[in-house]
Amino acid sequence: MTHGIWNLLVAPFAEFAFMRRALVATLALSLSAAPLGVFLTLRRMSLLGDALSHAILPGVAIGFMLFGLSLTAMAVGGVVAGMLVAALAGLISRSTALKEDASLAAIYLVALALGVTLISGHGTQLDLLHILFGSALGVDTPGLLLVTTVASVSVLVLAAAYRGLVLESFDPVFLSASGKRGWGTGVWQQGFLMLVVINLVAGFQTLGTLMAVGLMMLPAVSARLWHDSLPAQLANASAQAMLAGYLGLLLSYHLDTPSGPTIIGCAGALYVASLLLAPGGWLPRVLGRTHRVA
Amino acid sequence: MKNLLQKLLMPLAAAVLCTASLAADRIPVTASFSILGDLVRVVGGERVAVTTLVGPDEDAHTFEPKPGDAKNLLKSSLLVTNGLGFEPWAQKLARSAGYRGQTVVATQGVKARTLPLEKGHKHAETDPHAWQDPGNVAIYVRNIAAALTRLDPASAATFKSNSDAYVVELQALDAWAKAQFAAIAADKRKVITSHDAFGYFAAHYGIRFLALQGVSTDAEPSAKEVAQLIQQIQRDKIRAVFVENMNSPKLLAQLAKDAGVTAGASLYADALSGPDQPGSTYLKMMRHNVTQLALGMRQN
Repeated sequence: MTHGIWNLLVAPFAEFAFMRRALVATLALSLSAAPLGVFLTLRRMSLLGDALSHAILPGVAIGFMLFGLSLTAMAVGGVVAGMLVAALAGLISRSTALKEDASLAAIYLVALALGVTLISGHGTQLDLLHILFGSALGVDTPGLLLVTTVASVSVLVLAAAYRGLVLESFDPVFLSASGKRGWGTGVWQQGFLMLVVINLVAGFQTLGTLMAVGLMMLPAVSARLWHDSLPAQLANASAQAMLAGYLGLLLSYHLDTPSGPTIIGCAGALYVASLLLAPGGWLPRVLGRTHRVA
Repeated sequence: MKNLLQKLLMPLAAAVLCTASLAADRIPVTASFSILGDLVRVVGGERVAVTTLVGPDEDAHTFEPKPGDAKNLLKSSLLVTNGLGFEPWAQKLARSAGYRGQTVVATQGVKARTLPLEKGHKHAETDPHAWQDPGNVAIYVRNIAAALTRLDPASAATFKSNSDAYVVELQALDAWAKAQFAAIAADKRKVITSHDAFGYFAAHYGIRFLALQGVSTDAEPSAKEVAQLIQQIQRDKIRAVFVENMNSPKLLAQLAKDAGVTAGASLYADALSGPDQPGSTYLKMMRHNVTQLALGMRQN
């Protein structure tokens, strides 16, 4: 009996190094990206991750063209491009009548077009996604180092900047009024976006585009249904992302399905369950209403 | 000012005239991918001007035509495709560009293999990679020669002697390849590659190819597939692991490392290499592949 459970739940990871590396990379990303996702939903910027994921492309492409398949070059290129787009969007929204989401939408589309042009102008029509972005099963040691480093840095920075970020998300006017000179809302916003960008880039390089954005946003959205307090939401989001990563890899192993989509599918299933069962979801509301009526 | 303009325009005009007269002389032919382009060049020789849509080191599975490709196609009087579902975009391109020239399907008369039934596929699919068997390429060459003869009957003798000479070279290649593999014990003839493009090659030379992905380069493998392949590498003690010139080598390289083997040189499956690499023509490509495969399998 225990032997069967061991075979089902642990053996795939015990037996294969690639499964272990995929699991560690997914868990590390869950730890840092999912809380960032919660902050994104707090700021009503849930779609920002998706937009930034496209904005990163020209940077990755330039890194690839100049230095070939170098993880460092492509990651640095991606971070620079992502930061440029985020900073430019912030600058435009502060100095014109456009809101931040509108300017971001405009710039990321331009960046995406630039990226696709760069790559197809480069000659070979290799499959872009396969070359530039990784797959959960192909995580190598440098990739693992990248994800774990980024995750550690993000968690530390998040902890240090927690108070400021919370204040800035809920009450930006108070923060800019009480803050020191030069520590306006812009600094928090840019710092936060930088964290999002490095997490996305690390996720892309190692696990693929779908995985990075999916693990960032889906658990974060579900977590909001469970708790009202922010710390609880952050912990819940990370836990859900980890559970989705573990279950997804396991299912991909046993059911013979592609790993990236399976992990995101698991996060999606947790989201549906949260929609139904969580305190903020459908069932408690319906039950609560009938209870009150009766 | 006028002088300067003249100076600038003169060479341009000369160039235009030059290409125009060349184009009038030679039959403009468009080949769908690099291997077919090479074959058309061999058969047509001086009589053809060949452009290829999918160039060296490019992947025909994921090719997206550009406006320049449509323009080139309109200028040509013959379009050569592989058929068997290898380039589904070619018919669409010909239609949308309003192409009125002739089309020849090079695999006409080739005995097509069907791929083994895979998960996710309801019906058996035809394997388009027929050029991996030199015997089939002889049919390709004859088809191309016949099509060129229809366009330019006056050069029929040239096309015939070119294709006959090439068929002799193909036979020599085939005999040489068989000799290479005959030196390796039958149970050692096992190879791992990143995509299933060597079905005809495998059937012709009696080699087992274990592929990581399905026949098309766009499928993402599952954890189970990767695990099974690692187990098989270890159980059968396979040392011959190869990547191709157009795939992302990342996953396979990582897999080889996990299984404790090193990946060999790249093989050329669906595309020739650039002119400086060892796979710049069909014959060179096949010799390179056979040499590398034999080298790898001897370590099994």
